Amino acid sequence: MLKMHIIKELKAIVGREHVAVERQDLVCYGYDATQMEFLPDAVVFPADSGEISRIMTLANRERMPVFPRGAGSGFSGGSLPKGGGIVLVTTRMNRILRIDTENMIAVVEPGVVTGDLQNAVEKLGLFYPPDPASLNFSTLGGNVAECAGGPRAVKYGVTKDFVLGLEVVLPCGEIITTGGETFKGVVGYDLTKLLCGSEGTLGIITRIVLRLLPLPETRKTMLAMFESIDGAASAVAAIIRARIIPATLEFMDHSAIACVEGQFRLGMPGNARAALLVELDGDRELVERQAADIGVLISPLGLIEFRAAADAAEAEVLWKARRLISPALRKVNPDKINEDIVVPRSRIPDIIRRIDEIRETYDIPIVNFGHAGDGNIHVNIMIDRSMPGQAEKADRAVRDIFRAALDRGGSMSGEHGVGLSKAPYITMELTPAQIGAMKAIKKALDPNNILNPGKIFPE
Amino acid sequence: MRCRNIKTLDMEPLARIENELKKCVKCGACRAHCPVFSVLGREPVSARGKIALARGVMTGTVPLDARTRADMSKCLLCGRCVEKCANDVPTDLIVLAAREVLARKRGLTPLSRMIRLLFGSRKLMNGCALLANVALPLLFRRIPASSGLRLRFPFRFFSRRRIPAMPRRPFLDRHPEVTEGRPDRPRVAYFIGCMTNFMYPQIGEAALGLLKELGCTVIIPKDQQCCGFPAISGGDFETFRFLAEKNLAALEKCSADVIVTACASCGGAFHRLYPRVLGERIPGLASRCEALAEKTVDAAVLLQRFGFEPSADGSGSCQRVFYHDPCHLRNRSVVREPRQLLRSLPGLELVDTERAASCCGLGGTFNYYHYNTSMEVNAGRLAAIADSKADTVATGCPGCMMQIADGLSRGRSGIRVRHLLEILAEKSPGNR
Repeated sequence: MLKMHIIKELKAIVGREHVAVERQDLVCYGYDATQMEFLPDAVVFPADSGEISRIMTLANRERMPVFPRGAGSGFSGGSLPKGGGIVLVTTRMNRILRIDTENMIAVVEPGVVTGDLQNAVEKLGLFYPPDPASLNFSTLGGNVAECAGGPRAVKYGVTKDFVLGLEVVLPCGEIITTGGETFKGVVGYDLTKLLCGSEGTLGIITRIVLRLLPLPETRKTMLAMFESIDGAASAVAAIIRARIIPATLEFMDHSAIACVEGQFRLGMPGNARAALLVELDGDRELVERQAADIGVLISPLGLIEFRAAADAAEAEVLWKARRLISPALRKVNPDKINEDIVVPRSRIPDIIRRIDEIRETYDIPIVNFGHAGDGNIHVNIMIDRSMPGQAEKADRAVRDIFRAALDRGGSMSGEHGVGLSKAPYITMELTPAQIGAMKAIKKALDPNNILNPGKIFPE
Repeated sequence: MRCRNIKTLDMEPLARIENELKKCVKCGACRAHCPVFSVLGREPVSARGKIALARGVMTGTVPLDARTRADMSKCLLCGRCVEKCANDVPTDLIVLAAREVLARKRGLTPLSRMIRLLFGSRKLMNGCALLANVALPLLFRRIPASSGLRLRFPFRFFSRRRIPAMPRRPFLDRHPEVTEGRPDRPRVAYFIGCMTNFMYPQIGEAALGLLKELGCTVIIPKDQQCCGFPAISGGDFETFRFLAEKNLAALEKCSADVIVTACASCGGAFHRLYPRVLGERIPGLASRCEALAEKTVDAAVLLQRFGFEPSADGSGSCQRVFYHDPCHLRNRSVVREPRQLLRSLPGLELVDTERAASCCGLGGTFNYYHYNTSMEVNAGRLAAIADSKADTVATGCPGCMMQIADGLSRGRSGIRVRHLLEILAEKSPGNR
C-alpha cells in the first residue's frame, strides 16, 4: 500500500479524478494479453510530459516503481506492475497534434490508437503502414515502446522504421527530445532507435514524430493453397526473386489449417499442407500485372488452389481462415502460449519441420501461422494449465523452439518483446557481455531502477 | 482484502457461466468497440475489465460494493463487444449475471424495485399510465411540440430527460384481440412492448395496419406483459422469469405461425435473453424459449418476406431518411431488410449509414444511472445524422427513437425521428 501522502501528492500533480486507488481500478490495470495479473498500488492518468516528469521525480524520491501502460494489449507483460507500484496510463494523452502533408509526417501523443491515426492520415491520401493485429485498440506509445510489427513489415518495415523523433520523460524526470522532424540527422547517439523497443524501461514516451508514405492506390488479395510447406516457401522465394515485394505474405501451416477447418469447415482442400495469403498494393496497373505474374510463378510449386479477390468483400472472404485461427485455437485447449519467433524467411520450412518434431516429442498441440515474408512465426502452444504437468511440458517445448530459432540464425521474439514472459529465456539469445552493455545503459538512465523494473532482464 | 461471508448460493448466476468468463483472454479488442468505453476511457468500463471484475467477485478479490455495482451498471447491453470478440465471450450475459449477484447481495436498486412493482403488473401499469395522462402534464415541464417530445421529467434523476407525451389510451386497449385476415396468409401474433403501448402507440397502429394490408390474421394477445428486459437489466431474475413465463403462455396460446415485434429490444430479449438467461437455467423452459426465439421475427423482416408494396405516390412527409441501426436488431443481423424497405419507397432517399452504425446510447436502465454518458454516446449519432443532411431519422426501436429525439430536441435542426413502420404505413396503398 502506498502511503497516504504519496497519493495526495499524486493527486496534486494530475488532479483528484486522475488518480485511481480503488480495488476495481487496481484489478483492471494489472493485466494484459498475457493474462498474467499483478496488483498495482495506484493508477495515474497524466495529461502531459510535465505531469509525468513530476511523477518521476516523486517516484525517485520515494523509490516507488512506475509502470507505463497504453492499452494493456501487450503479449509479453511489458506493462504489468509486478511487485506493485504505480501504473502510469497514457490514454488521456490521445491527441493527433499535427499531420503535415507537406513534409509527410504526423506528430502524435502516445495514447493515440494506431488505427485512429491510420484513418486520419488515409483521409489525406497518406499512409502509416505498421499494422500490428491489435491496431484498432493498441496505442502508438505502446507500439513504439515494443517496436510493434505486423503483416506489412515484409514491404514497409516495423514501427521503428517510421519513428523520426520522440519526446521522452527519462526515469529521473528530465524531459528530452530525440531525433526530430527530418529524415536525416546524425548529431549524437541515435536515442530514438534505442527507445524504440525499450519496453518502457528507459523512458516514458510523451510525443512521437512519425514518417508517413503516400497511400497506395489499390490493394489486391490472393490466397494460394499448397501440397507442402516447401511449396509455399518456394513460392515466397519465387515471388521475392521476381522482385515483387507484396505488402503482406501471411502463411498458415498444416496445423493451423487443420485447426480452423476442424472448427469452422470453410471447405479448404483436404490435402492442403500450407496456405499463403498474398496482398499486393500500389498502382492499379502494376498490382494487376504482379498478381498475374505471381499466378504463373507459383503454379508449378505444388499449388492446389489459387484465388484472387476482385474487391474488398472478396478479399475479406480470403482473410477469413486467417482471422479464424484465434477463435479456433481456443477450442483446442483453454490456455495459449503465444510465441513469435523469427528466422530468415528461407528457413521457414526447416523450422516448421523441427516444430513438428517438438510437437510429437511433448505430445501437445502446437499451431503455427505468421508472416512468411519476414520469417516471423506465431507458434501457439495450446495447453490446459489445470492438467498436471502440462505447464512444465510447455516450458520445455518453448525452450526447444527458441533453441531451434536461434540455431537457424533467428531470434526468440520478432515483435512481442521480452517483458516478463521471455525474461527467463534471454540468456539463450544474448551473451553476458550483451546483457552487461544493456544493463549499463539502464543503470545510467535509471539509477534507482524505478521505471518498469523486472522487465527484459532475468532477476 | 478478501470478502468473506458471500454465500455460494449468491454466486450461482456467475458460477453457472464460469466457463464463459474463462473464455476471455484479455486481448483488449473490446476496447475498440464499447461505446461507453469510448466516452469514459477507463478499463473497468471495457468488456475485458468487467469480466476481470466478475472473476474477482467470484474469487473474492473484488468486493460486492457500491463501486462494483457502479462499474457493472456502465454497460448499454448493446452487444457490440460480443459481436466483435474473437473468442465469442458473451459479455452481455456476464454483466447481467454480475448484476444479479449484486442484487442478491445488496438488494435491488430503487429503480429495479420500481420496475418490479410496475412491470410486474399490467393493471398497475395501466393505472399509472392513466394517472400519468392526467397528472403528468401538470407536473412536467412542456417543451415545444416540433421535437416530437412533449415532456420533461421534473425529478432530480431525470431532470434533463425528455419524453414523448403519453397517449390517452394505451395501444393494447384499442383493438380486438383477433383481426381475421385471408386464410392463405399467416397468423401473426404481435408482441407490442411497453414503450409502444404506453408512449408510441402510433408504431402499433402502423404495424397493425401494415399486417392487415398484407392479409395476415393479427392476434394481439391481451395478457402479454413487459418482455422482462428492464427487470433482468437490474439483476431481477424473479421478475424476469415471472414476465417471461406469462409471455410464453400468452404467445403459445394464440398458436400463431409467427410472432412479430417492432421493438428491437423486445425482439432481442426473445432471441437472446429468453434462451440464454432463462432457458439455460430452468430446464423446463429451455425448449419453449427456443421455440419462441425461433418463431419471433422483426416486423421489417416479415414485411420484406411477405412482399410489402408501397403505393406509387411519391409524396410524403419525408424525403431524405437516415436509418439508425438499433443494436438489438444489428445483433440479429437485421440490417438489410429495413434498408430494402426504405429504398422501395418512391420519392424517398435513403442515406446509407451501415458502415458507421453505432449505439444511440440509451441502454434501458443505463440512461437512468448515467444520463450524461448516455447523451455523450448519443452525440456521435447526432453528428452523423447532422452530416447526412437528412430530414428524418428512421429506426426500428422505440427506445432508440426516444433517445435520438431527446438529443435532437436540444438543437434546432427540425429533424424528425420516426419508426420505420410509421414511414411505411404512410406510404402503404391502404392508407391512401
